[in-house]
Amino acid sequence: MGKNTKSGKLTGLSEKSSDIILVILCTIILLIVAYPLYYVLIASVSNPYDVYAGKTFLLPSQFTLDGYKSVFADPGILLGLFNSFKYTIIGTVFSVVMLYLAAYPLSVKDLPGRKFFSIFFIITMYFGGGMVPTYLVVKETGLINSMWALFLPGGVAVGNLIIVRNFFENSIPKEMIEAANIDGASKWTTFIKIVVPLSRSIMAVMVVFSMVAYWNDWFTSMIYLPSPNKAPLPLVLRNILIKSSASASQASTISGGFAELNKMTEMIKFSSIIIAALPMLIIYPFVQKYFEKGFMAGAVKG
Amino acid sequence: MSRNKSAAAKPAVMSGGKPLGRRIKDNWQLYLMLLVPVVLTIIYKYIPMYGIQIAFRDYKASKGFMGSEWVGLEWFLRFFSAPTFWRMMKNTILLSLYSLLWGFPIPIILALMMNQMRFHRFKRITQTVLYAPHFISTMVICGMIRIFLSPSGGLINLIAGTSIDFLTESSAFRTIYIASGIWQDAGWGIIVYMATLANVDTSLYEAAKVDGASLFQRIIHIDIPELAPIMVLNLIMSVGGLMNVGFEKVWLLQTDLNKAASDVIAVYVYQQGIERAKYSYSTAVGLFNTVINIILLIAVNKAAKRISEDTSFI
Repeated sequence: MGKNTKSGKLTGLSEKSSDIILVILCTIILLIVAYPLYYVLIASVSNPYDVYAGKTFLLPSQFTLDGYKSVFADPGILLGLFNSFKYTIIGTVFSVVMLYLAAYPLSVKDLPGRKFFSIFFIITMYFGGGMVPTYLVVKETGLINSMWALFLPGGVAVGNLIIVRNFFENSIPKEMIEAANIDGASKWTTFIKIVVPLSRSIMAVMVVFSMVAYWNDWFTSMIYLPSPNKAPLPLVLRNILIKSSASASQASTISGGFAELNKMTEMIKFSSIIIAALPMLIIYPFVQKYFEKGFMAGAVKG
Repeated sequence: MSRNKSAAAKPAVMSGGKPLGRRIKDNWQLYLMLLVPVVLTIIYKYIPMYGIQIAFRDYKASKGFMGSEWVGLEWFLRFFSAPTFWRMMKNTILLSLYSLLWGFPIPIILALMMNQMRFHRFKRITQTVLYAPHFISTMVICGMIRIFLSPSGGLINLIAGTSIDFLTESSAFRTIYIASGIWQDAGWGIIVYMATLANVDTSLYEAAKVDGASLFQRIIHIDIPELAPIMVLNLIMSVGGLMNVGFEKVWLLQTDLNKAASDVIAVYVYQQGIERAKYSYSTAVGLFNTVINIILLIAVNKAAKRISEDTSFI
């Protein structure tokens, strides 16, 4: 530290004072990003009238879990939650398997046709059929109201494919693969026994990316799954958050008139936001350290 | 076809002189692995591309992509003469342009700042928090926006002591859209810049320090040139996607009263195509959008090449 300030004096602004300015600026940015989420969190456990009166800027007021209780008592939201879990788990397994199946062959340098297949996939990143032609194909293949409509059309995520392929090319020691070849291991055995175990870090990132994509998606479900009992959580929340109305089941379970209903609706808004956002916010920090690596690997070759 | 030729031209270099047929045979398991992803891509990516031709046809489900009657540019002409055509063009372009204007520099500034941060624990925490909004669904983000902007009891109105219904004011729409977009994605946008800066040779900083360069000078002369190529690449990609205003957020924040600013092409494509089942018309509108994007991409690519030839900066 002492050494730094000494050399810093020569340059006008000392290292120490620039450190302080940086910390202050970063703290302000930190607060701007975090505060809206924090506010929703405390509002979700406060009395809604106090939220309305502006008494919950910093701390909860009249702590209550009623909002969460009514969320978990709402069959519509519960079904949405169940659907979201189902789509997220199946979709993630499917997507990551597809990603690995496609990425490994593309990373094998002497595979005849490797370049052709790479271009074949990459084109779809820049050019597509658009909303309606894709919809018509999904419809023709009989996927309307089937959860596979969420997985099959977007099954091969090309951006992620490039990241995984580059990881295979750059981070798996060639000697190990050659040694396996000399030992007479088949390509498949090499893939399962060497490539898959050695790529756990990138697999973790891909699992998180897929989970986030499926957990947060509602647009694909809105188009392809018109049946209301197939809607995932965000689509169920649309009625509460965007259209601002309590669900039918809500209205029938609450006695005590319109004001009470309104109050419950407001509470449910806050608590359902937390329930929808929390799972992914808990998961991503675990793989955060791999993000930069992954993006760099992906940026090397487009 | 061409792959066979190019592969056959230099077999000796590639795999110990084995003939092509043998090499294909050796790799059959790899081709089998590719089978499902390739088939899915053909069905759900390439067939829809082929289906774009319904923009020039009067699509009837019974007749299919090929069999429907050819109508030429009728749908495009109908779109150009739609009463809201110019409004949608203007809104789409302005929303994108302003998003780019604010959304492009902010992650770069954040990354330059974070890169100077020497308290590693604090840096890591800040990064974690900055990434957080990216992992939240657009639906939830728009729900939060609606709550915060609510005229009664909304956070913004509570702080300001007013009771304005922002989402009914078309003049406020762009600000809401762009500010919330930056809140959600500027933090995530720093990753690629941070990764680039992490590769800067630290001896450059040391040398600059010895030469008496200030923090600001080090950023200008070391960090920014290092980021320049990726900045240009990002800029090209953003301009090439200028007409791609995301459907989701606009649609969720749209109200009858802010349509003067929130009526965009993407929402129109959805409403005409999915809600009203005007398949051909919607495809034509979407194709028009794509064509403008491609033209922009080519133009900005050329401009970027010219700039990089003229100056040593990039």
